[in-house]
Amino acid sequence: MALLQIAEPGESPLPHQTRYAIGIDLGTTNSLVASVRAGMAHVMNDADGRALVPSVVRYLDDGSVDVGYDALKAIAKDPKNTVASVKRLMGRGYDDIEHRENLPLDLVDVPGMVSVKTRQGVKTPVEVSAEILRVLNERAQQTLKQEIIGAVITVPAYFDDAQRQATKDAARLAGLNVLRLLNEPTAAAVAYGLDNSAEGIYAVYDLGGGTFDISVLRLTRGVFEVLATGGDSALGGDDFDRRIYCWILEKAQLKSPPTVEDTALLLVRAREAKEYLSAHPEAPITARLASGEIVDLTIDMATFAEISQTLISKTLQPVKKTLRDAGLRPEEVQGVVMVGGATRIPLVQRAVGEFFKQEPLNNLDPDKVVALGAAIQANLLAGNRAPGEDWLLLDVIPLSLGLETMGGLIEKVIPRNATLPVARAQDFTTYRDGQTAMMIHVVQGERELVDDCRSLARFELRGIPPMVAGAARIRVTFQVDADGLLSVTAREQTTGIEAQIAVKPSYGLSDDQITGMLKASVDNARDDAQTRALKETQVDAQRLIEAVRSALQEDRHLLNEDEAQLIESGIVRLETANLSGNRRQITIAMDDLDADCKEFAGRRMNQAVNRALAGKSIESVEQTIEQLHQPMAVKEPK
Amino acid sequence: MDVVNPSMSDTVLPVVSADRLNADFFTLLGLPRAFSLDQSSLDARFRELQREVHPDRFAAADDAARRASMMLATQINEGYQTLRSPLKRATYLLSLLGVDVGAESNTAMSPAFLMLQMEWREQVADARADKDLVALKSLETNVGEAIRSVYAELSERLDRLTSVSDTPPAVEAVRQLMFLEKLYEEIDNAIFDLEDL
Repeated sequence: MALLQIAEPGESPLPHQTRYAIGIDLGTTNSLVASVRAGMAHVMNDADGRALVPSVVRYLDDGSVDVGYDALKAIAKDPKNTVASVKRLMGRGYDDIEHRENLPLDLVDVPGMVSVKTRQGVKTPVEVSAEILRVLNERAQQTLKQEIIGAVITVPAYFDDAQRQATKDAARLAGLNVLRLLNEPTAAAVAYGLDNSAEGIYAVYDLGGGTFDISVLRLTRGVFEVLATGGDSALGGDDFDRRIYCWILEKAQLKSPPTVEDTALLLVRAREAKEYLSAHPEAPITARLASGEIVDLTIDMATFAEISQTLISKTLQPVKKTLRDAGLRPEEVQGVVMVGGATRIPLVQRAVGEFFKQEPLNNLDPDKVVALGAAIQANLLAGNRAPGEDWLLLDVIPLSLGLETMGGLIEKVIPRNATLPVARAQDFTTYRDGQTAMMIHVVQGERELVDDCRSLARFELRGIPPMVAGAARIRVTFQVDADGLLSVTAREQTTGIEAQIAVKPSYGLSDDQITGMLKASVDNARDDAQTRALKETQVDAQRLIEAVRSALQEDRHLLNEDEAQLIESGIVRLETANLSGNRRQITIAMDDLDADCKEFAGRRMNQAVNRALAGKSIESVEQTIEQLHQPMAVKEPK
Repeated sequence: MDVVNPSMSDTVLPVVSADRLNADFFTLLGLPRAFSLDQSSLDARFRELQREVHPDRFAAADDAARRASMMLATQINEGYQTLRSPLKRATYLLSLLGVDVGAESNTAMSPAFLMLQMEWREQVADARADKDLVALKSLETNVGEAIRSVYAELSERLDRLTSVSDTPPAVEAVRQLMFLEKLYEEIDNAIFDLEDL
């Protein structure tokens, strides 16, 4: 029987035959590849025994490409053709890249995504990332000597749709079959949780080179359920280096300002000092600058603590917010898993320990744990589930998704931290009589105004049958799959006319923007509420104007000239008030216009009744009356 | 894919039947259709179902199976979210009876309740202005108690419904709950803002 011949997907058809899949941590600074062999996850090393691949790509004269340590060494001598930290460019537009002038690269504003001009031509960040992925894939093939059926690639939890899509495209370009995009803190939780048979509530504190993620998970009999996630993408180990660098400048009182080379050197010395302080009470800092001046300082633990205090408390803000989103208190967290090189800083360890009132968990290598988790998930998705190995990952969407409505407001459709996969439908209606097309604008972010969120895509629904304003019912459905990728469909309910897009956005959110957006949504909650109220009033006013105009056009004959002029001047007053942006004035002008129209509305009603009674059923009369009474809602009630 | 794993044969493509996709959330999650609900069995049932149908189980399956798994997993997430929240659960129960809690005809609220709301709102505004954490916490306690008593009322009313004509008091309770939960959230936000300073 055909049915019986299908093995359950996810179960290996031949138990002894392993299908190899790999896990890739595609990092800003370094990347790694890992796989599960003989039931154990291992990171794969190069011939020299090194696990890390610096995420640096150099385009050479002879048309070849260097990736990793060789490329890293060339950064200073061939900066224009050596691309580092390409992850920061993924899924972004040219204008999204902040401090462009400080980057040694030639950035090009190519439609779709910012790109880099090299001696081998213009390269998109997707292409550059693909070079790194290719190297990792080759390493895996050489190590496993087997066909690799696919890869799980990790992304920061705060990555938006555009950045996820770009990562997936890079993998495809590198010839990898993507089994899943996995959030970095979630990957770490899997590696830690399975290794320790953990049960209960766990937090993952992931402080990398340039980014910070926090995720809270519930582990219950093999189900890893992400309860909430958050972060600050403009915060990482690099910021600690910069603090030390500033301290050096302040203490050294240099006679001449530092050159670009001096700055680079001092930043290296700062990083070395930071790392040295992880194991020693004080660290020496010495450097000979271009001017011949000598810097000779010693920084002690107390000083480092003082200058980095604000950075550490900055990480605790998203931690608090994420716990709150999860509905938990710090003491309800059973364990805190530390991920990312910067969590080696003892001060970070201490602050996290104090906040959660417990020692953070450090029994996994913070550099490798993400790749290991990705490998474990890849192995499961490849169908190598061992007997009794029955765990499952339930992740969430990191940022809310919404639609633009009238007046630049956002109708949130999927709230952040909704468990994936998730779909929500929302009904919208037309704003004008006879409106036949509608623009659907999809945005991502926490703020209430469109301009403050990231635009993901716009698409148009055409062919709405002409109806009176408010009669069409357009149901827009958002579906976010297990990779966190979005598709949107829209359908007019009465006619079934459908438009569909898989959101293939032109660019994504910058780290700074997301952080900014998340922070700003807290800071500006009050502003937003006021602005929102104003916008809503303005929309109401506009609607009233449209309605009165359309009534005038139809039934002006019911009014004498004075009456018509009174109403028209009321419209003008309301229009003026609407432009003023003063909500009180608008409300007053609306009330006035409403009052001016009372008599007119009554006459229209009489006319409708009279017309209807001339040879029509009572039912249709009631319908007509109802139409006259119907509020011209822009949005259908939920 | 021509080898059978007999122990797994009964879970072959378990995912989607139209029955399951169209089932109401209580049926889908295997729970009695009632307002009173055992949170831990809902949680357990949710995890059990996701273990069975989640797209990760079908990563290597064909397109149709993957799509089906995503649809059902989506539905289970939605059902879980709906049943887990008492407000959403009550609203959903009423909607299964054909009663729309949000309908215009249901806007009437008891004047006494509205008065109390206004009083509470003023107190919250004052406490927020005075940065009075103690007052906010005591308001939170009071509103929390009010919410719990509405929960109790809802179990009483919704789980003993005999006909649709008995629904109006339940609808009013749900609408009160909407007010109360919104107020509770506002107080909670105010407390978070103050503690954050």
